[in-house]
Amino acid sequence: MLTDLTASEIARLVASREASCVEVAEAFLQRIHILDSKIGSFLKVEPDKVLESAKLAQSMLDRGEGKALTGVPIAVKDNMSTEGIETTCASKILEGYIPPFDATVVTRLKESGMTLIGKTNLDEFAMGTSTENSAFQVTRNPWDLGRSPGGSSGGSAAAVAAELAPLALGSDTGGSIRQPAALCGVVGFKPSYGRCSRYGLIAFGSSLDQIGPFAKTVEDTALLTEAITGKDPLDGTSLDLGPISAQNLKSGSLKGLRVALPKELFGSATHPEVLEQIQNAINVLQKEGVEFQEVSIPSIELGVTTYYIIAPAEASSNLARFDGIRYGVRKDGQGHIGMVEKTRSEGFGHEVKTRIMIGTYALSAGYYDAFYLKAQQVRAMMQQEFQKVYESFDVVLSPTSPIPAFKLGELKKDPLALKLLDFCTIPANLGGMPGISLNCGFAEGLPVGLQLMGAPLDDEKLLQIAYCVEQALPSGTIKPSIA
Amino acid sequence: MSISLDEVRHVARLARLALDETEILSFQGELNALLGHFEDIQVIEGSGIEPKSHAVAIQNVWSEDLPGRTLARHQVLASAPLSKAGLFVVPMIIEV
Repeated sequence: MLTDLTASEIARLVASREASCVEVAEAFLQRIHILDSKIGSFLKVEPDKVLESAKLAQSMLDRGEGKALTGVPIAVKDNMSTEGIETTCASKILEGYIPPFDATVVTRLKESGMTLIGKTNLDEFAMGTSTENSAFQVTRNPWDLGRSPGGSSGGSAAAVAAELAPLALGSDTGGSIRQPAALCGVVGFKPSYGRCSRYGLIAFGSSLDQIGPFAKTVEDTALLTEAITGKDPLDGTSLDLGPISAQNLKSGSLKGLRVALPKELFGSATHPEVLEQIQNAINVLQKEGVEFQEVSIPSIELGVTTYYIIAPAEASSNLARFDGIRYGVRKDGQGHIGMVEKTRSEGFGHEVKTRIMIGTYALSAGYYDAFYLKAQQVRAMMQQEFQKVYESFDVVLSPTSPIPAFKLGELKKDPLALKLLDFCTIPANLGGMPGISLNCGFAEGLPVGLQLMGAPLDDEKLLQIAYCVEQALPSGTIKPSIA
Repeated sequence: MSISLDEVRHVARLARLALDETEILSFQGELNALLGHFEDIQVIEGSGIEPKSHAVAIQNVWSEDLPGRTLARHQVLASAPLSKAGLFVVPMIIEV
């Protein structure tokens, strides 16, 4: 079946004319039609537009202008602006909003001839780790429909795991690509901060947000990364560097690779079976010539607090733009301020309001020094500590998530437990480092993710190493048994 | 450090969120629980570490002063909940 294939395989098929781009798009639309009512990955699929875009891809190929992923369908998280297609951030406040422009990543997907197949579910404004905070629907983990796919990019992760799309885009502020990738058994990659344009990504925590790919393999991940990264003049924080190249992906080696294991990321809160799977992977890699050493990065212990000050602070400022005037929903209240307050109170869900409250408090007069300034100091300290590790090691390895997929609703009453799910992934955001999650085995039948983090801007090297690790570990080929 | 009901009301006002009394009580509980967990960050006090607002040190970003493409007025207004005569409509702000 076409939907079984990896993105690279699909690209080869359409390039050699063994299948047309429209046939590929139809196969995925059909599978979405059959399966997505069970999973709930997509908020929006518009078959007419999908087929139109597949035809454009086909004409690119017919003109001999095909690129590495031309004709490959891709799902996009619904916090990235798509011209003419509703973009909601899974929030009632943006219900019905149709952006008049494309995010730069979407423009780049189109230039590469990829077929945008639909917009995926997320925690409202990407705030959450379970996709349960969506104002519109629940997304279920394809490995166990009673469990969460993780979050906040849960719709994108579940779509790739269930083969509703061979590729997807997510955004990662504290782990929102890597954690759901781990829980759904797919590859998820957050590039270094500044490598992928944030223009048109509806902002959450601007100093942390980064867009990145979901795929079935590291090779597909690298190809998609190459297509979406590189300098964008429309984003002031986009670095003056070219795309992250996939050209030398397969030229790395595990022999003599130096890997750091921060003891803080292997703490007692980690599920014993997750630890066991990670240890198995370490044993396999050791036989391949990888040298492991335990290290200590003490600031990691402060990561969750730091993140839950910085991200809400930035969010409280970013989300001030939702005032019922220029876009989205508007609720009439008394006078101007009454209207703004009513719009926001009815438009935002509870988690979003909580984070706006935390952020506003942390930035308000008298508390700035106690919280925000200190969080910025910890961020600096963490960067220094990681920098020191990268002077002696190629990458840092850890579990991606301390636990495998949890039951829907299970952690909802324990907001702090949900926040601790980001414990292993937050450092890469605070440090601007690239981070990738790969499947490395199963705990109680649920996927376990292994995370690799590299020094800032070492994206190519990290992907090369991830490719070698993927080849050495046998578990990447098992698929969920949904029909 | 704990947050009072009046502080919750003050923060909600700053954030332009209209909360009813039940919500204010509930936010007080939640914020206090979170702030309790935030105490660990106080260990950085006196470390003298220079704070960083970003992962990457980017200085001023300049671009050439060239005319670019912008959205047409009707495209921008198409997203507005209320518009009239090519303008956004807002509730009256200045009483006359």
